[in-house]
Amino acid sequence: MNAPWMLASWTLLVRELTRFFRQRNRVMGAFGSPLIFWVLIGAGFSSSFRPPGGSVNMSSMEYLFPGTMTLIILFTSIFSTISIIEDRREGFLQSVLVAPISPAAIVLGKILGGSAVAVMQAVVFLLLAPLAGIHMTLSSALASIGVAVLLSFALTGLGFVIAWRMDSTQGFHAIMNLFLIPMWLLSGSFFPSAGAPSWLGWLMRLNPLTYGVAALRRTLYAPDAFGTWNLPPLPMSLGITVLFGVVFFLLSLFMVERHHAPHST
Amino acid sequence: MSHSYGDRLALDAISLGVEAGEIFGLLGPNGGGKTTLFRILSTLIPLARGSVSVFGHDLKTDAQSVRREMGVIFQSPSLDKKLTVLENLRHQGRLYGLSGKPLMDRIREMLDRVRLSDRANDFVEKLSGGLQRRVEVAKSLLHRPRLLLLDEPTTGLDPGARKDLWDYIGELKRNEGTTVLVTTHLMDEAEKCDRLGVLDRGHLVAIDTPDALRRKIGGEVIIARTRDPQRLCEGIAQKFGGEPKVLDDTVRIERAGGHTWVAQLMEAFPGQIDTVTIGRPTLEDVFIQLTGHRFWVRDGDGGGKP
Repeated sequence: MNAPWMLASWTLLVRELTRFFRQRNRVMGAFGSPLIFWVLIGAGFSSSFRPPGGSVNMSSMEYLFPGTMTLIILFTSIFSTISIIEDRREGFLQSVLVAPISPAAIVLGKILGGSAVAVMQAVVFLLLAPLAGIHMTLSSALASIGVAVLLSFALTGLGFVIAWRMDSTQGFHAIMNLFLIPMWLLSGSFFPSAGAPSWLGWLMRLNPLTYGVAALRRTLYAPDAFGTWNLPPLPMSLGITVLFGVVFFLLSLFMVERHHAPHST
Repeated sequence: MSHSYGDRLALDAISLGVEAGEIFGLLGPNGGGKTTLFRILSTLIPLARGSVSVFGHDLKTDAQSVRREMGVIFQSPSLDKKLTVLENLRHQGRLYGLSGKPLMDRIREMLDRVRLSDRANDFVEKLSGGLQRRVEVAKSLLHRPRLLLLDEPTTGLDPGARKDLWDYIGELKRNEGTTVLVTTHLMDEAEKCDRLGVLDRGHLVAIDTPDALRRKIGGEVIIARTRDPQRLCEGIAQKFGGEPKVLDDTVRIERAGGHTWVAQLMEAFPGQIDTVTIGRPTLEDVFIQLTGHRFWVRDGDGGGKP
């Protein structure tokens, strides 16, 4: 914690966590709605659900588990970046922007803060894995937490880039519905690419989130469960998820350096 | 320096120097360019054209050194309301590289100075506007800046809290020798500055002490209210010379020995003048003299409306 940029990033991260724990409704929103979704859809499909490839015995709750975890991460990341919109125009971020710290420290602090909150929620959800019939071992739990960290970083970075130039939170909600939710639906969370029409399959292959969900799936279940799922291999999934995070971190940095403040009076 | 937002020139070749240790006020109506100037100086928006030097550090090439020398108080609150007073200050200190015991000592010292020691663990959202402003002051001064920038710092404060803040600014100048640059659109606040820069539509129209600015007018200001200001104005100009100006339903004349002249004025235009007021020039009079329009008239293209 000696370097000024580390101290600056650290204090931004702490602020994010402190705020999160003081706003109970945020916890409910980001965790509760994916949970309800998981329970209702999972239970609703339980009799008609047939696992892809038909090779293994898997319930719909189990199939939807990694996707639900991803949705929790997505919601949390987005909620923590939405605050940027108000903070930057008038508020807290003004004094951060005029402090003698590098834009990288600001971006890193904010993204790590949002990620930390998302990972914590993901870990809590992971405790429910046995209910879905997923048999966790210590190593599979740790590996999937690792993937959650990468995924949180990438999605908070994505949220940062969207939020930075936006002047109203309404705009962010529109993006959520038109872009982020479809991105999640096409990530293999909800249905596998194996049986999808080929144009949809291509969209899924181009979607970076597909690889995050695949990595999560591969770390959560035994490898022999997949058969003919058409799931990208783990190294590739991890690689693309890391790349996803790095790209959006750099884009965030670019935004902060380029558009330090809004251009209106 | 100059600055444009798209086609609109917000600052047109402004040039000014602030002396170390003085309270310098930027006075002007909203939209006059004060906030743009403030945003450039505080490094919120980049300097487009021109150059700025703060204690020898160049704003363009060495913004980080400039930032270290400066404390900034924004017009809109920059505190995190979900955090306590102490947490806000601790966060700010860390942004400026302070940590551990030196930071905690400094926070205690500043809380003591703004008389908030007993509120350290209260959430900011529970404090009144005036108290929140005091936290902002403590926050901006944690790292011992040599220059304090304030953008309309008393906006939304009640009279007591306003006085409180200005007393503190004065104290700061006397005890620490801190240089203060403050923007305001309030004449009574402008009076409290050592020197003033008057900004109007992106131009710096004057720069001097409040007294010297008032002396520019010379004598007293006479304001005559009438039903036909245009006619009265022409009449005065013909009979007495000088430069009478029409402002709404009044005619303004600046004149040495105005108190005796008023009698002549009333005799010369019997029945035309409803009321006459006479007074020492205020900074608002100075502003009208300099710009030819009222402080609060912003639309239109200059000049008092006929």
